[in-house]
Amino acid sequence: MKNRLLWPLLALVALLLLNLVVTPSFFSLRVQDGHLYGGLVDVLKNGAPTLLIALGMTLVIATRGIDLSVGAVAAIAGAVACVHIGTSDSAGTAIVGMVLALALCALLGLWNGFLVAGLGIQPIIATLVLMTAGRGVAMLVTEGQIVTVNNTAYKQVGAGFVVLPTAILIALLVLGVVAFVTRRTALGMLIEAVGVNPEASRLAGVRSRTIIWTVYVFAAVCAGIAGLMISSNVSAADANNAGLWIEMDAILAVVIGGTSLAGGRYSLTGTLLGALIIQTLTTTVYTIGVAPEVTLVFKAVVVIAVCLVQAPKARAALSFRKVAVPS
Amino acid sequence: MLKKITTAVSVVLLSALTACGSGGGGGTGSSGDTITMGFAQVGAESGWRTANTKSIQDEAKAAGIDLKFSDAQQKQENQIKAIRSYIQQKVSVIAFSPVVETGWDTVLLEAKRANIPVILTDRSIDSDDTSLYKTFLGSDFVEEGRRAGDWLVANVNGPTNVVELQGTTGAAPAIDRKKGFEEKIAAKPDIKVVASQTGDFTRSGGKQVMEAFLKSQPQIDVVYAHNDDMGLGAIEAIKAAGKVPGKDIKIITVDAVKDGMTALANGEINFIVECNPLLGKQLMELAKKVVAGEEVPARVVTEEGTFTQEQAKEALPNRQY
Repeated sequence: MKNRLLWPLLALVALLLLNLVVTPSFFSLRVQDGHLYGGLVDVLKNGAPTLLIALGMTLVIATRGIDLSVGAVAAIAGAVACVHIGTSDSAGTAIVGMVLALALCALLGLWNGFLVAGLGIQPIIATLVLMTAGRGVAMLVTEGQIVTVNNTAYKQVGAGFVVLPTAILIALLVLGVVAFVTRRTALGMLIEAVGVNPEASRLAGVRSRTIIWTVYVFAAVCAGIAGLMISSNVSAADANNAGLWIEMDAILAVVIGGTSLAGGRYSLTGTLLGALIIQTLTTTVYTIGVAPEVTLVFKAVVVIAVCLVQAPKARAALSFRKVAVPS
Repeated sequence: MLKKITTAVSVVLLSALTACGSGGGGGTGSSGDTITMGFAQVGAESGWRTANTKSIQDEAKAAGIDLKFSDAQQKQENQIKAIRSYIQQKVSVIAFSPVVETGWDTVLLEAKRANIPVILTDRSIDSDDTSLYKTFLGSDFVEEGRRAGDWLVANVNGPTNVVELQGTTGAAPAIDRKKGFEEKIAAKPDIKVVASQTGDFTRSGGKQVMEAFLKSQPQIDVVYAHNDDMGLGAIEAIKAAGKVPGKDIKIITVDAVKDGMTALANGEINFIVECNPLLGKQLMELAKKVVAGEEVPARVVTEEGTFTQEQAKEALPNRQY
């Protein structure tokens, strides 16, 4: 297990070193208005939404599912919260808005769970429904406009600091809770059992359906919190662009972290590393000044490299050569 | 039940037949006294676009033009479908803002064969066959970039480090606004663009890129953002870095939407080049000419201006968008 996480960890370190070489000030931290300020802090802050969504995605993927709707759900959460807050600057309204948004997200998760666990539709198709329709819902909520809010309390969620960015603290808290609940109780093992063989685990007395249902609700709530962070970070809800393609980033983070897409085995630490790699990659592009035209190619090359070094065959080939050359 | 359906279907078929009949009798379909315009809008992705839509709807009403409006939700296939249905309905003129630059030849050729003139609004298309449309009414993005550059050249002295927040990579406004800006600042070698990245025309994009720039660039004097939204994101990033937007770092943006104008009036942005969405009136005038068979210029530029902080304070209360 530790060995599996070695490669993503090395990739992350390599990316950070690249930044250090190109921009020596990248690692410098200073205190600005009572909070930490620096390149690494940005990576943590901007990576928090991806990390949260990837956490939900990890559990979904562990049950041999996938959730494509998280980006749209994130957009809906931001839209609902911002529309509710409107021009108000009171913390109460912000909290009510966020609770409403998260409640709606839980409902959307129930819907996904219903399609997958209740009706037995393929997860990729079932969640595709909401992925497509969800942005429409978000547009409907915002009436197609970018809703700008000016609420001090709401701003705290995505752009605020308690020494470290509030966003990453929330994400790490969720990570901690998930790690505790799934690894300290039997829940994690049950999730993996469902992923390996839902029918066998049902016959063995595991309530597969409830478990599948739960992970989709959890994924949607995670997406909702991430959506609040994204929208709070810029104090606006952009139904079109908030969380756009974040489901792909999240799936990538899960895969880089060594969780199998075939289900049954997952690593939360791996997901954390994966999410950090993806955000560091994005920040690296901006810091070292990769031209926008080649950004996607640059990212693709790094991702392919990370995935390749993790692939058993590629690793076998590499070690084979090491042995073969001296002989 | 079955009977009902059959009746409904035959009614639809009949009306379709009569529609075809009247269309055929009317020759080119524009023989009536009222002009029918089919308009295929990009979507409702921003305040700018909504203002654009409203202007077109209001001005059509004022000009007595019967408007058939469709929203493509930023998808080319929807726009093509809408244009095809306008061709079938034999409207007098088709106008649309192409979502992307390429892929329009087939559907526009169909319109041409049906003798329906096409007007492009706001965005152009990339096609070798310029006979596919009568005219293109829209902003001159290169000129917008030039205006931004002009202001900078006139308003800074000494070495100036500029960071640029580009629009979506490959989009016409991003390419042209960059080009026009570079053209003008070339006159003053002191002004240097030290970093340039895409913020995808979004606030979060603008903020994230600006955060990275603030750490990687030792000295930033000016931000040039290809739209207001990215500029607004940059303002957030600059504030978080403990600097004062508009003072420590000057900001130039393009668009002049409400949020941008408010920031300009509050002194957080220094200069905005307007990109006017209110092109309804000009469009209706062009449509009348085109339908009447008059010659129109192949390129019509929308009327637009620029705003300084003082001008923004005056203009803000009367802004429609």
